[in-house]
Parts: sequence; structure tokens; C-alpha cells
Amino acid sequence: MSLSEQQVKEIAHLARLSADDGELEQTTAELNNILGLMADLAKIDTEGVSPMAHPLNMSQRLREDEVSEIDQSEAFQAIAPQTGQSHFLVPTVIE
Amino acid sequence: MLHKLTVAELSKGLKNKEFSSVELTKHFLNRINQSDLNAFITVTDDLALNQAKAADAKIANGSAGILTGIPYAHKDIFCTTGVKTSAGSKILDPFISPYDATVSHKLNSADTVMLGKANMDELAMGSSNEKSYYGPVKNPWDKNKVPGGSSGGSAAAVAGRLSPFATGTDTGGSIRQPASLCGITGIKPTYGRVSRYGMIAYASSLDQAGPLTQTAEDAALVMNVMAGFDDKDSTSVDRAVPDYTKNLENSIEGLKIGLPKEFFSEGLDSGVAETVMAAVKEFESMGASVQEMSLPNSAHAIPTYYIVAPCECSSNLSRLDGVRYGYRCEDPKDLEDLYLRSRSEGFGPEVKRRIMIGAYALSAGYYDAYYLKAQKVRHLISEDFKKAFQDVDVIMGPVSPTTAFDLGSFTDSVSMYLADIYTLSLNLAGLPGMSIPAGFSNNMPVGLQLIGNYWSEELLLNAAHQFQGQTDWHAQMPEGV
Repeated sequence: MSLSEQQVKEIAHLARLSADDGELEQTTAELNNILGLMADLAKIDTEGVSPMAHPLNMSQRLREDEVSEIDQSEAFQAIAPQTGQSHFLVPTVIE
Repeated sequence: MLHKLTVAELSKGLKNKEFSSVELTKHFLNRINQSDLNAFITVTDDLALNQAKAADAKIANGSAGILTGIPYAHKDIFCTTGVKTSAGSKILDPFISPYDATVSHKLNSADTVMLGKANMDELAMGSSNEKSYYGPVKNPWDKNKVPGGSSGGSAAAVAGRLSPFATGTDTGGSIRQPASLCGITGIKPTYGRVSRYGMIAYASSLDQAGPLTQTAEDAALVMNVMAGFDDKDSTSVDRAVPDYTKNLENSIEGLKIGLPKEFFSEGLDSGVAETVMAAVKEFESMGASVQEMSLPNSAHAIPTYYIVAPCECSSNLSRLDGVRYGYRCEDPKDLEDLYLRSRSEGFGPEVKRRIMIGAYALSAGYYDAYYLKAQKVRHLISEDFKKAFQDVDVIMGPVSPTTAFDLGSFTDSVSMYLADIYTLSLNLAGLPGMSIPAGFSNNMPVGLQLIGNYWSEELLLNAAHQFQGQTDWHAQMPEGV
């Protein structure tokens, strides 16, 4: 299975990364080189093997629903690129 | 001379008032400032001296702990309040954390002295420390060679005696491989042993933090502080933490060592193989028994890891988008442009490759063939270990197929991925592992890897400490140190 330049463009978009035409050929080659490593996976017999998502096979802990954090929004917003009126600002989305 | 002492020796010296923490701290800061290893991204002179003064006050009034006043290098992946935490990436270059990682908090509570933040491969992705936005780190044994990665700055700082110990993280070998390549001791604990809270996530089901030190005894002392349950980390395990120094002196008579034949096959440098086997012989002479064994699926660790880790990272790193913290591009024309350019300008090429591989492997139509398949193979790899530990106590082998390679010698990602062959499988299983100095090949250090069953850090440290009582590889230092 090998990726086309068009597929790489689509993946880049999914990942919100740019895929400039100048670099596309090289990026495609590099990704295909990496995917070449994965080809052997298909040959491994995993019939009846359950997927392992996590090393400790644990379930999520539950706790009482009580307030555990204090409001630190000012400290968190102080490090943001742009804020205003207690919000994180981005370019206008809706006119 | 102070810089040559171990943490255990420094701790005694401080307590006996042979020197103060301020003197010690100044000595190390001086060494860092004169060093050309590029082991640090940020040096925290003022903070360190303030912490040293506070530590000296505690020593004076008799309330000092074992690590009080001991300086260390903190991998730049752990959040530190008020100090830049870049994770070696341009995208986090502007990030000054508003909170402490649990590991940072624990080290602060133990009155240690942070000398600075150690250099690393960008967002912990790399095996050479050449992928840092802040430039490569040099190996103190040969400055034309890499220190390994991703905890390359941490390993170089300890090996170059710029710091008595350092913190590291290990997702696929990032503590053990640089420890091996720099001739020091490093331990990656069982997954869930050390809190991941405030440790910038790469692959959350694999990441685990641990110390890099000169000796196993020092590693035990630092583990005593780093380990423990944390309710801020949903994958932290609520299990009592032993005193890791308690069993160091136990005899290893009768210890059953397994040598997986897959770790000694094609691709292993003959000098590394000889050095590792000589170390295993040393264990035998100390009363351990050695048997050959098999981890039949271990070769599959490379494709499995390089699917699982990129999938987790493509998901994890979506949070770095130029909105709430970190780097934002100039004059974004709309929201899409803000995301796209902030990320494209902020991430380096290797990180982008892994994000894209992950995004692809998780995408509709490919999920089953890649991610789900890799998770099943992960299960097989884990089962191999489960079977192996029915017959042996510790698995031993090389950490890395070669000694440290020349800076710039790998031009493509895949050939560097292949060098992770001996370290990846235990992260996939969640097991603890160590690298300890085992000797030299072509004048460069070789590490011996010790792999234990879940929660067997005490046994690993005990075996390593006994080995270090019989050998002096761990006490060797690069020329000029």
C-alpha cells in the first residue's frame, strides 16, 4: 500500500499541517518509506488476538464529583498568544 | 572534584558540612556555563541558587532529607512553574508553564536544586537528540557523536558531570538508549509507577519517567522521590512504593537470567555483543544462572511501535494549535490558516512525519489495517514477556545495536527507527527496564539492558547495584572531566 501525493495532501489537511507543492514529493517519499516498515504487520497471524490499548489493562478510576480545582483562568490566559474579555482570541469565524 | 561524586556521596558530604549546597550549585553552574555539550536548553542560575540557600538552611536546622541540596538537570518535558518548558520544540518555545508537573513538585518537595532544563529531541521523538529545535547535544565521550535520545541532554549532563543526576522520560527507549550511549545508569520504571501529570505527552500509553544517574544506588535514591500514586494522572497506579535502597545489598545468588536469542542476532555490532556477553558472564560469576530464551514477536516491535506511538501523538499533539499557549504564526488570515501555519512553522520535520503517519493510520478505511492490527500485535509482544517471566527473573541483552554514532550519520527516519529494536518492546508491554554501563567498544560506552517483570524495579536496581560492586564501568569518565 503506497500513498499518492493527493493522499498526502489529504492527510496533511486532517492533521492541520501544510503540504506545500515544493515539499510534497519528498514528504510522500518519506511517508511511503516509513509505511514500508509496516508492511510486515499484515503477515502476522492475529486471529483471535484481542487488541491491547494499554499496558495495565486498567479501568478508569472514579471519584466523588466534588470541586478539586481552583479558578486559575487568569494564569492560564496570561500565557495565551491573544486574549480579550476572558476569552482566547482567534481570527473571526462568524461575521 | 565535587562533580565526580555520586548523589549518595554528595548527600553525605552535605550532611557532614564538608561543603554547602550553594558551593555545590555554583560549582555545577560554572561547569555548565563552560561546557560546549549543549546539554541544556535553559539554565536556571538564580532559581538554583535560591533553592540551594533554602536547602542549606534545612541542613543547618537538621530537617534535611537525603536529596536536600542535591542539584539536578530536569528534562525540558516536565512542566516547571515560571520556567520555559519547550520540550525541545519551537511550538512550545514561548511556553512558560503556569503549573508544576508532579515529578517537578516531588523533586521540589525533596529540596533538590534544579540547575536547568535539559535538551531533548523535539517532543521526545528521536534517538539522537539531533531533532531538538535548540540544536544537537554532543556526546561527552566523543563530541562528534550523538548522546542518544530523546533524553540526550539529560544523559550528556550526567556523563559530562555537569549534574549529579537528571530526569528523563522513556517512550520507546529514551532513558535507556542515551544512558547506554553515554555510559551512565538509567531506569524506566513500570508504566504507572511515576506520575505523567505535567509531563508533556508524546504517546500516553507508553510514556514513563525515570532518573539518569551515575550508579544504581543513586537511581534508587531518586526513584524513592519520583515514584508514587498521583490522583492527577488517571493512569497512575495506586500501589505502595518500596524503599528502593532497601534491597540493594541482597545477594543475587540464584538469580535466573534469560538471554533472548532475538536480541543477539543479525544487526548487532560484534563489539557490543562481546561487551554485553562479558557483563552477563560477570553476573554468572556472582551466582546467577543464565539461560537462552525466545521473545518470538520482538522483531514486530518496530512496526507496532511506529504505528501506536504516532497514532497517540497525532491525537495528543492536536492540542498544540496556536490558540491557548505556545507559538502562533504572524497575521493569520482565518482560523484554518492560524492552525495550519502555527503548526507547520512550529513543528520540526520528524514530528510532522509522525503526526501524519498517525493521522493516516487512524483515518477511516485504514484504522483496522494499521492501528487495530498494531494493537493486536502489541498483545502478542506482551504475551511473549508474560511467558518468559515464568522461567526467568531478569532478561538481559544489549540496549542499542551499536555504540554512539556520528552526528549527522542518519539521513532518513527509517534507519534510525531500526536502531530502537531492543528497547521498544518493553514500552509496548509496560515493563520496567534499565541500562547500566557494561564496558567499552572502540572507546565508546556500551550499556547492558536489564528487563524485569511488572513492578520489579527493586530487583533490577539490586542486580545493577551488585554488578556495580564488582565492576567499575559506571565510574569511568570521559577524558577532561
